[in-house]
Amino acid sequence: MGNGTHLGKVRGLGSSGHGSHHWLQQRLTALANILLVGFLFVSLVRLPLGDHAAVLRWASNPTVALALILMVVSVFWHLRLGLTVLIEDYVHGEATRLLSLVLLNFYAIGGAAYGIFAIVRIVLAPAAGLAPGGM
Amino acid sequence: MAGNEPSARPRSPHLQVYKWTPAMAVSILHRASGDGLAIVGACMFLWWLGALAAGPDAYAAFLACVWHDPSPEVGIVHQITNIVGKVVLVGLTWAFFQHLFSGLRHFVLDTGAGYELKTNKLWSIAVITAGVLATAATWLYIMAEAL
Repeated sequence: MGNGTHLGKVRGLGSSGHGSHHWLQQRLTALANILLVGFLFVSLVRLPLGDHAAVLRWASNPTVALALILMVVSVFWHLRLGLTVLIEDYVHGEATRLLSLVLLNFYAIGGAAYGIFAIVRIVLAPAAGLAPGGM
Repeated sequence: MAGNEPSARPRSPHLQVYKWTPAMAVSILHRASGDGLAIVGACMFLWWLGALAAGPDAYAAFLACVWHDPSPEVGIVHQITNIVGKVVLVGLTWAFFQHLFSGLRHFVLDTGAGYELKTNKLWSIAVITAGVLATAATWLYIMAEAL
């Protein structure tokens, strides 16, 4: 933070026209979640979940796989926003708060990457001539 | 940190002195269900998805842990996790519906509507009731399908 100009003193401390950023992203991902998690929920209730081959056939359908990837992005984006507010509200020490936010970002980005990679494995396993799990 | 130094200024009364209202309940349930979904729900989903990608053996191991172990002599660990797994899944179903309905309520509140005391109370109660009813309906459907 600068100590010369007025702008330098306030930079990074307020909204400066960007205050609605977090709020808007939370609403946009919420809207996407209604559609995408709703699709997953209906699918899970209707699928024969005990049958690995049947579930795999469902998940490797390109449209389903695309919806699942979009859902992972939207869900982990949304949960990162929500848990950020939780940490900001309840974790007080400056060091523990910073550490919590770092761990949250690792969780959100790592979880999303793991999920997307799992979907890619499911879709590409037959194309690579491998049984699922063979890579 | 703020609050550590003594101050002569009047202090705001803490949460517990207020009369508990449906709006307060639906507010904290939105946070609780959201955080449950964010941590437990997301991890369960990734576990399931990873097992699905890893192949039939890994998928069977996931099911034996979370839902039902088909082996003739089920170990004590799976006896426990089979019960915990079902409780967690019912809990996640409730958290999903509670967060969904409460989120829809927030979309309406975002437009500036629904703040009149009676209306606000009515929809707060409706959200909590709908969450419980939808959870019950889902699991009745699942159990009816399984029979």
